[in-house]
Formats: sequence, structure tokens, C-alpha cells
Amino acid sequence: MKKASIIMIIGSLLLLGLFKFPLWNIMLGAPQYPDPLGMNIYINGIQGVSEFDLQNIDGLNHYIGMKTIPKPDEMWEFSVFPKVILAMVILGVTIGSLGVFKKISYKFFLGWFILMSILGVLGMYDFNSWLIDYGSNLDPHAIIKVTNPDGTPMSYKPPLFGFQKLLNFDVTSLPHTGGYLMFVGMSLTLVAFWLGRKASLKKI
Amino acid sequence: MKNILTSTIAIVAVLVAFTSCNNSGKSNNSGALSSNNAEKVYVAPGEHDSHYAFISGGYSGNLTVYGLPSGRMFKEIPVFSQFPTNGYGYSEETKPMLETSYGFVPWDDSHHPDISQTKGELDGRWIFINGNNTPRIARISLTTFETEEIIEVPNSAGNHSSSFITENTEYVVAGTRFSVPVPQKDMSIKDYKGNFKGALSFISVDPEHGHMDIKFQVLMPGFNYDLSHPGRGKSHGWFFFTTYNTEEANTLLEVNASQNDKDFIAAINWKKIEEYVNNGGGTMMPANYAHNVYDEATHTATSTMKKEVRVVNPSEVPGAVYLLPTPKSPHGCDVDPSGEYIVGNGKLSANLTVHSFTKMLDAIENKKFAGDAYGIPILNFEDVLAGSVEQPGLGPLHTEFDGKGNAYTTFFISSEVVKWKLGTWEVIDRKPTYYSVGHLTIPGGNSAKPFGKYMFAMNKITKDRYLPTGPEMEHSAQLYDISGDKMELLLDFPTHGEPHYAAAIPAEIIKNNSKKIYRLAENEHPRKATNDAEVKIVRDGKNVHVYMTMIRSHFSPDNIEGVKVGDKVFFHVTNLEQDFDVPHGFAMIGANNAELLIGPGQTRTLTWEPKQVGVWPFYCTDFCSALHQEMQGYVRVSPASSNIELSWSLGDD
Ligand SMILES: [Cu+2]
Repeated sequence: MKKASIIMIIGSLLLLGLFKFPLWNIMLGAPQYPDPLGMNIYINGIQGVSEFDLQNIDGLNHYIGMKTIPKPDEMWEFSVFPKVILAMVILGVTIGSLGVFKKISYKFFLGWFILMSILGVLGMYDFNSWLIDYGSNLDPHAIIKVTNPDGTPMSYKPPLFGFQKLLNFDVTSLPHTGGYLMFVGMSLTLVAFWLGRKASLKKI
Repeated sequence: MKNILTSTIAIVAVLVAFTSCNNSGKSNNSGALSSNNAEKVYVAPGEHDSHYAFISGGYSGNLTVYGLPSGRMFKEIPVFSQFPTNGYGYSEETKPMLETSYGFVPWDDSHHPDISQTKGELDGRWIFINGNNTPRIARISLTTFETEEIIEVPNSAGNHSSSFITENTEYVVAGTRFSVPVPQKDMSIKDYKGNFKGALSFISVDPEHGHMDIKFQVLMPGFNYDLSHPGRGKSHGWFFFTTYNTEEANTLLEVNASQNDKDFIAAINWKKIEEYVNNGGGTMMPANYAHNVYDEATHTATSTMKKEVRVVNPSEVPGAVYLLPTPKSPHGCDVDPSGEYIVGNGKLSANLTVHSFTKMLDAIENKKFAGDAYGIPILNFEDVLAGSVEQPGLGPLHTEFDGKGNAYTTFFISSEVVKWKLGTWEVIDRKPTYYSVGHLTIPGGNSAKPFGKYMFAMNKITKDRYLPTGPEMEHSAQLYDISGDKMELLLDFPTHGEPHYAAAIPAEIIKNNSKKIYRLAENEHPRKATNDAEVKIVRDGKNVHVYMTMIRSHFSPDNIEGVKVGDKVFFHVTNLEQDFDVPHGFAMIGANNAELLIGPGQTRTLTWEPKQVGVWPFYCTDFCSALHQEMQGYVRVSPASSNIELSWSLGDD
């Protein structure tokens, strides 16, 4: 149980990586951008992969009437997400520490994981709805208006995950270092749960 | 007169002999070999060449950038001439670059580029080139590929034996081709002999910023100083200059300057003179010459006139200057990578003369002098001779080295490049060139470390090599593979202006330092507008200053009113783009001073004097985006008596 608790602590601490590394990354490549433009999505804001990428993405997007990429103070998510992550880290470490002193059942590890998963799904849902709004809520005065074959206006929503072609751009959207650290951390809490369960079963 | 006639006939006869000889060699390179050669110069679409070549534009006054081995031209860098493509010398910011003591000189003749060195090796920081006609030296940045500085050289005329640099870029030299009265004065040309002087200028280069300053001028006898090269390695600290017209003739030089069997290579111990000068030696002399500096932060050049220069009489610094007899009207003066051999290319000599630096020091040590010229000791030819290449060709001009103990010399009259071995002086190979080759270049060939894979020859005459383009054709360069024993002609490619000389360097040394944008945050132009809030129009009497921005795909403002006939309008236009290779243009109808091309993050100013009432358009000249055609605006011009206030707008509100 001690081992399981330590893994629980490590797992939740890995979430701290989100304060340093981006959660997600979206790259936009095109023939005239052999060095693709890119944005890194952090829990507290969006940054360009290279210094002027955001400015250049905004410059391109204005042709099709997309809003500019939000600054940290333009979205509530960027102030709430860091607090939620920090709270989950503290909670996870607390649960793990209590586990070390056998003050708490291994089942709490699973509880933490489920809570984190729900929050994660909510976060992804929120992120996706922002992408939908960003890619389809276009300025009616947009310079270029492209429609789908059925006549509906084209959406420029980047993919939530994976690759998609948007006009002349190849868009790739994948988790980044912070995201991977979070997934590993969450998996570790599952491992902690599993080890804790094995240890308690043995005792019986 | 009869003499000239006979000598002309003689030269023609020899020419014919060599031409027929060349023709027999021509058939060698065809068939299977040439398809192999096509692969050697093929650079697939999207791939990069392995070397940059910076080829002098000669009478274009500029410098052109090519790729090797493809021979593709990448860019023309304006240096000594106005350049319509980007408005250099037309925009208010760049006009000061072409200021001289003679006023604004919009066109010159550029000759010898040389890349900066550290410890004798190319460091790729700057490239220097000389302006021949109005004597000047320019320094070009190899991060922005823009001319950053031009210094005029006083007491000089025909700045030809330039711009070669010492092995740590301590000095760039500017040797005068024509001797002139120093200081200039009204005197009879017939009194040339003994009265004219040849100034050899040593221009110091600030190791950090590259800024140039004339440290001293050596006032030499009134010969013609043709070319020069720095010593390196063991001969570091010396500089060598070829001379012709040691006869000091002043008329019909093609005959009168070819009488002496030997002219000289002047060997200058610049370290010794530098020490003399640092101890207060030499005299300050009144002078008037321009020093033009372009500031990358303000995007603006300033021109200042300097009022004096330090001159040194060589006879006052014993042991600093010697004359090495060299047959016969030597043109090129080339020092091998080790610094031991000084090749004097006597253009009227049958043999190629090579001097030994060690022997020169030895002769000096033992005071073996054959006499003196105006107090400068002359050494004995035999005492300094390392050897000579016997009958290698006709009209040797220039020599470069491959770093493997071989030298390559161009022969103008016989139109060929000859490869020979240093030390044994034997000819290894010869290849014809098409036609009348001047200089040749091996990447790093003017340094202690040549990169001996390619050599290219620069030819003066192009006829029948390309599709004809009327009586005037661009000159031509020819690329050879020199990695094997025998040279192999790989490629012909046209060059711009006169490909007088070139410097070449492996791309790796430069390409990663190349700037992609000018950072707006670092733009210190006094009249910049780095965002739309800084846009404004200010009237100052009859001068109207428009602080304008441009970004894909609009100008801000795009409507301007309140300008009057008789005003002088200065459009200060800042390009807000921060994206690689996205310039915009600015053209105003009826502007007498051309147009602008403005790089990302840069500010440029166009002057416009509206002469007629009306509403006049301006537009972007660089096809910048899908909405480039819409990138336009209007200026309303009212009568001089009008009292319409200045106003401007973008959008309707
Ligand atoms: Cu434009």
C-alpha cells in the first residue's frame, strides 16, 4: 500500500507539468509556410510556437473572418484551469500521503482518477466548443466566403485531435508535453489504485 | 606608330595560334561525360545549393549573390548604384549611402569582393567591395545582405587594388590605380613623373561592429597600383601590391608603360607602419571624404564628411616597404594559403613569376638591394624568386589556390585556366574558357583555408554561349569541378554586369545567420508607426509628414485630404508584417523619386511633390496577398490657397 500511495503522489504531481509545458499543440502548414505556423495551448493561455506565429495566424484568419486568437484575459478558462489543476494536485498528494499512513482506502485513488477524468472530459468538451465557435462564428463581412458542397458556410474548426485539411492548410492537432505528462500522471493513479487493491486483497 | 602596328599583328597571330589549340581540346567534354556533369550541378526544386558565390557586378556597381553548383542567381545587393528593385539610393533613408565629397554619385564600378576572416579563415560576417571610379570601400552585412557602410577614400583615383582584407579583418586596403597629385592641385600633366603619388590606404575594421576608419595612407611613388593581397600565416603583417607604369609615363600608356622589363610588387609591412602610426608617426593632412553608415535599428543611413587623413611617407619608416622586381606589367598579386608564395601575374610576360616570402626576408636581412626608388629599397629579382612556371599560357591575370598545393591561373589572351603545382612549377592541366577570362574564384581561395571543390572563371565575352540578346549580352561564368586531378567544366551561367571578381563560401557558414524579418519592436526609425494608433499626419510649413502603416492588405490611412499644391509630402511607411519574405511596395502617381519596397518591420520614406489639383492614388507594388489589388488609397490635392485641414481615415467611421 505504501508503494501504491507513493505512485499516487507522483502521478498527481506530474500534473504540475501543465504549468510549464503546453497541454496541446496545433500546427498549420501550407506551401507558402514551409516552416509551419503553430500555436501551443497552455492551461493559462495560447502562445505561438515561433515568436510571430500568432500574429501571422491572425493575419491569415482575417481573410475568412475568424476572430483573433484570444488573449489570456479574454477567456475565463485560462484563469480557472490553473486553479482546478492545482486543486487536483493538492487533492491527489493529500490522498496519497494519507495512503502512506494508511489513513485512507485505496479506493480514494480511483475516486481521484474518476473526478479528474470527468474534469478532463469537461475540459475537452469546453475546448471543442471553443474551437467550433472559433472556426464557424465568422465575421459576416469576411473577405473570403467558402461554402461546403451543400451550400452551408465552411467551418474552419481545427480538429480536436489528429489531422485535417483546411483550405490550403494542413492542420495537425495533438497533445503536447504537458498533456502527455497529465496522461501519464493519471495512468499512474490508476496503477496506484490497482496496486493498492492487490495489496489489500493479499492481506485478506 | 609603326611599333603599335607590329605588336598588334603579333598579338593577333598568337591569338589565332592559341584559339586553334583550344578548339582541339573542346571536343573532349561531350557525350557521357556531360550528362554526368548535369547531375553534378543539379539542385532539385526546394533544395539548397552548397555554396554562396558573391559575384561583383562590375560596372553595375552592385554585388550579386549566386548559388553553387546550380549557378542560380538569388539576389542583387545594391552597393554603389541606385537600385530600382528596392529603392536603394532613392528612398530618403538610403540616399545618404551614395553621398561623396563630389556630391551624390548614383552609379559606380564595383570590383573585388572579399569576405571577412578570423585567423585566416572565412567567418561569413561581412563582405567588402570597392567602388572603383569614385574611390570607396563598402561593407555589406551577411545577416541582412544589405550595405551597411561606405567610406570614401581621399587622395585616390581608380580604387582598384582593393578591397582585400588581412587575416583577422584588421584592415581592408584601398590602393589607388592612378597616381594623382596629393593634395590635388592645378599642374601640368607633363610633370607627372616624380610629382604624382600613389596612396595605399589601410582602413581599420572595428572587430565588433565592422565600422571602418582610415587608419593611414602610405604615399607611394607615382606608379599604378593594380592589385593586392594580404600576407597570411608566416607573412601575416605584410601586404603585397602589384604595380605597372613604373616608367611613370603620362601618355599612351599601352606603349609607354610597357617599356620596363620588370615592374614591381610593393611589399608593405603594415604592422611596422601601424606601430609607427600608433606612436604618433605620420602627418594629419586636410582632406574631404564621406563616411556613410546605415543603422539597422533606425533603418536609416547618415553621411558625415571627414576632414583629415593620416599620411605616411614610406621613406620615413625604414624597413616597412620594399620593391620586388616582377616581369612584366604584373596584374594579379596572389598569396598562397601558407603565405610563402607571392604570385606575380605579369600580364605581358611569357612566364609566371613566383616570389618567396622567406627569400624576401632573407634578402632584406642581408641588405641585398639592387638600388632604390624614391628612397624605397629594390630587391634583386633572383634573390626573391621562388621559381617560375614556364610558358603556361598568354596573358596571366589571376591565381587562386585549392588548399592541396595547386594553383590555378587565368590567361586572358589565350582564354584558359591553367592548373600548376606550387614548388615544382609544373603545369598539371589546362582548360579553355569561353571567352577572355578575367578573375577566377575558389571558395575560400583568398584565405588560409580554401574549400577546393569548385572553381569558377569569370569571362568578359559571352558570344554564342547563350541565345543571342542583341549586341549587348550579360557576361558569363563557368563552373569547374576541381576535386580530381583534371579540371572538369560543369556549367555555364550568365552573370549580371561585369563579373569582375567573386568571393565564395560554404552555405553553412552563412545561411543560419540570415535574418528573416526586421523586428518591429527594435525599429528605432524616428518617424515609424508600429501600430495603427501611431498613424498620423503632421504639417510643418509646406512639409507634410505622413506616418503610415502597411499590412496585408491595406494601408493606414488609405484616404488623405488637406494636401496642397506646392507641398512636399513625405510618406514614412512602416511595414507591420513580421513574417519572413513579406515586403510591401509603395508607389505614388507622379512621384519623381521612384517607389519604395519595404521589408517586414522596416520603415522607408518616399518624397512626393504634388503639382496638380486632383485626387491621386497610391498602391502596393509587391503582389503580397490575395487582396493585393485592393491594397490602395487616395490623396486629395487642393489648390495652394485652399484652407482644407489635413485629415485622414481608414474605414468609414
Ligand atoms: Cu502589399
